[in-house]
Amino acid sequence: MKIEDDPAEFFKANMHHFPHFNALGLELMELKKDACVMRLVQREELLGDSERGILHGGVITTLLDSVAGAAGFSGMEPGHTLATLDLRIDYLRPSEPKLDVFGKAEIYRRTRNVAFATGVAYQGDEDQPIAKCTASFMISPLPGGAKG
Amino acid sequence: MNRLERLRAEGRFDAVNEAIPYTKFVGLQCDIASGSLLTIMRHRASNIGNPSIPAIHGGVVGAALEHAAIMELLYRGDSPELPRTINLSIDYLRPARDEDLFMRATIVRHGRRIANVRVGGWQSDPAKPVAAAHCHFLLSKD
Repeated sequence: MKIEDDPAEFFKANMHHFPHFNALGLELMELKKDACVMRLVQREELLGDSERGILHGGVITTLLDSVAGAAGFSGMEPGHTLATLDLRIDYLRPSEPKLDVFGKAEIYRRTRNVAFATGVAYQGDEDQPIAKCTASFMISPLPGGAKG
Repeated sequence: MNRLERLRAEGRFDAVNEAIPYTKFVGLQCDIASGSLLTIMRHRASNIGNPSIPAIHGGVVGAALEHAAIMELLYRGDSPELPRTINLSIDYLRPARDEDLFMRATIVRHGRRIANVRVGGWQSDPAKPVAAAHCHFLLSKD
């Protein structure tokens, strides 16, 4: 099977071309069909409140959109692309300073046109998430055909 | 009172935005010259999500909308505390191109403990929004 025929492998091979993934330093921990885990290492420039050492909420939003999007991408038929339709996030507790943040998402329903995702962001304990999200993605065929 | 709260109490609004490290990371600015708040995210290559489109990463668009909502509360709201985001819901309406993103927020309801804020973002044409969000914020400490 060619790499273009396996969206998860294609994503892994091309993730380093995605500018904002690189800027954030997102690390892909796991990617398989309809599921993704990434890790974010905290840095000063990502903080919303530097005195308290709390990440800007936007960093969590970006992590969750990234893992949910990657999960959506990984289960697509070749020759398609996806775009976020909507993303809803509940902030459940503040992030702890300095600790790595993990994002984990899965696609729980996929139709021809739409993928539905849920996800969590957590630090030490996955059962004590700092945020939860639900998202939906529109799936479209690429004009040119079979290049994930 | 922490530094952000102090700067705001002193009316140094630009300094509040500047004091948030993340604003420099993605290029968020505030313009109050017109007497109302316009939040702007300057275009920069590092904000691109998928280079084949190329569009701003959807998470960064969401981050910018949330920031615009928070800054509106700091600009117009009368709560002494920094607002803390309870939740937000983002609708993506069009691809956000590699251009400046402009945002205006409206405080729908400012209660004693909770604020409800709506935000819209556009690029070259204000009549063609690229994203919208509504958010709830906690205003009191407890």
